[in-house]
Amino acid sequence: MLWRNIWRKFVNYFMFSMTGLCALVTVGVLFFILGYLVWNGGSSLSWAFLTHLPTPVGESGGGMANAIVGSGKLLLLASAFGIPIGFLGGVYLAEFGGRAFPFVVRYTADLLNGVPSIVMGIFAWTIVVLPMKHFSTLAGGLALGVMMIPIAVRSTEEALRTVPLVLREGALALGASKWKTIATVVVPAARKGIVTGIILDIARVAGETAPLLFTAFSNRFWSPGWNQPTASLPVMVYTYAISPYDDWHKQAWAAGLVLLTLVLVANVAARLFVSGRTAH
Amino acid sequence: MATSDGGGAALAKQEIRPAQSLGGTVAADDVKMRVSGLDFYYGPKQTLFAVSLQVPTNRITALIGPSGCGKSTFLRTLNRMYETVPHARAEGEILLDNEDLLAMDPVTLRRRVGMVFQRPNPFPKSIFDNIAYGLRVNGSHGGAALREKVEKSLRRAALWEEVKDQLQKSAYALSGGQQQRLCIARALAVDPEVLLLDEPCSALDPIATAKIEELLFSLQDQCTLIIVTHNMQQAARVADFTGFFLLGKLIEYNKTEIVFKTPAQKETEDYITGRFG
Repeated sequence: MLWRNIWRKFVNYFMFSMTGLCALVTVGVLFFILGYLVWNGGSSLSWAFLTHLPTPVGESGGGMANAIVGSGKLLLLASAFGIPIGFLGGVYLAEFGGRAFPFVVRYTADLLNGVPSIVMGIFAWTIVVLPMKHFSTLAGGLALGVMMIPIAVRSTEEALRTVPLVLREGALALGASKWKTIATVVVPAARKGIVTGIILDIARVAGETAPLLFTAFSNRFWSPGWNQPTASLPVMVYTYAISPYDDWHKQAWAAGLVLLTLVLVANVAARLFVSGRTAH
Repeated sequence: MATSDGGGAALAKQEIRPAQSLGGTVAADDVKMRVSGLDFYYGPKQTLFAVSLQVPTNRITALIGPSGCGKSTFLRTLNRMYETVPHARAEGEILLDNEDLLAMDPVTLRRRVGMVFQRPNPFPKSIFDNIAYGLRVNGSHGGAALREKVEKSLRRAALWEEVKDQLQKSAYALSGGQQQRLCIARALAVDPEVLLLDEPCSALDPIATAKIEELLFSLQDQCTLIIVTHNMQQAARVADFTGFFLLGKLIEYNKTEIVFKTPAQKETEDYITGRFG
């Protein structure tokens, strides 16, 4: 009897420690990466880094302003393309689907999610870069946009499914049509989950490098419009990190730090926005 | 109701025929809803069998019976809310003012036949927006008319005095009983001809329940009320007419007093006296 008690307490304590430890590791990894980036790249991070173009090989200094703007444009294009498709697809799955077709869509979305990002790059290269005969922001945005669809679909669907049936019934019972019910009650009730899912989606593709290598390519200068090759932060990190120059290595760390900071800021800002609108 | 044998004075002007067996005719004139031979299926499983009854205008009708007897399912055929369940279908005839309800457009129907659910289900919006919801989907664009209508609906649901200074607060800030009255006000805002209530007090404490019952009394001159309840005392307290369901069949339907005092069917008597349930 006594031994059983001790054993039970031990198992209890052991499992508590293990889960707690793993939770700590999860948080720790992020802070470790952040700290490492600051440690290595912090010294290269300056106002000039954020506002200047890269300098020619051999000259020190310079910045990555074009890559920051380039990444912004790529993400804007990808979002404009991937979010509406993913969102509406998710609404369909959660609200309108029967049995067979949603199963196929869901399965396909999961497969699409599993497609290696480099393959997504080849896809965009084939359908945009080849016909246009040059690299462009458009091609890169498309590649990232396609990558956004599956997560947007699934996270929207999941968020909508958490809305209790009684809310839908409440709206329907007042003579709201199905679409009206979805637009005015279900989606607003699931707003938090949907926005969070989409932020994570954007954050995920923000760091994608492989699909950009032969779609957006890179650029040492500004890339006006949507038709030219463009620099982007992940590709800059890649190019600078494999270069033989010490100075560039430091800049690669700094670029990584900027990328991570932008993602974190966007994340926090969107969460604040969502919670601010709910508490009314 | 059910004060004494003479408590049906208000009903005296109506022709009350003696209870017939299953699905007996109750009131001859002034029938709001006329259900005949209603069968209901969830996929291959039949859950209602040849239900026939007539719901009198501007009266409170209660539907009682043990869990799973089909009373809620029956209620949900009256505004076609069952259609949210895949493979559910109703067969038979339901007339709303002599119009075939099963052939109507469900959106139009639900504007005429409102519903209040078992658990309060306010939308995650402000109190004002909750009440205004039905008016807005019906095409109201705000302004003084909308505000007036919201106030009137809250007054009808006896909630105005409690919430008039906090209309912009979230409806979730209200207590359970207040939320349920909010849901009633929300349903009343679109001026339904019939209001269906699906065990509206089952999640509430006795004081909140008493308030809702009081409210139902005050509504019956403007609206036909049909309430599903598994609380027999509640049926006896509020309803003019009572129907008893068992295993998907309407066993007995008559004036509440008769159902409770001199039931015609053995099953009704057994249920009412607590021999099963």
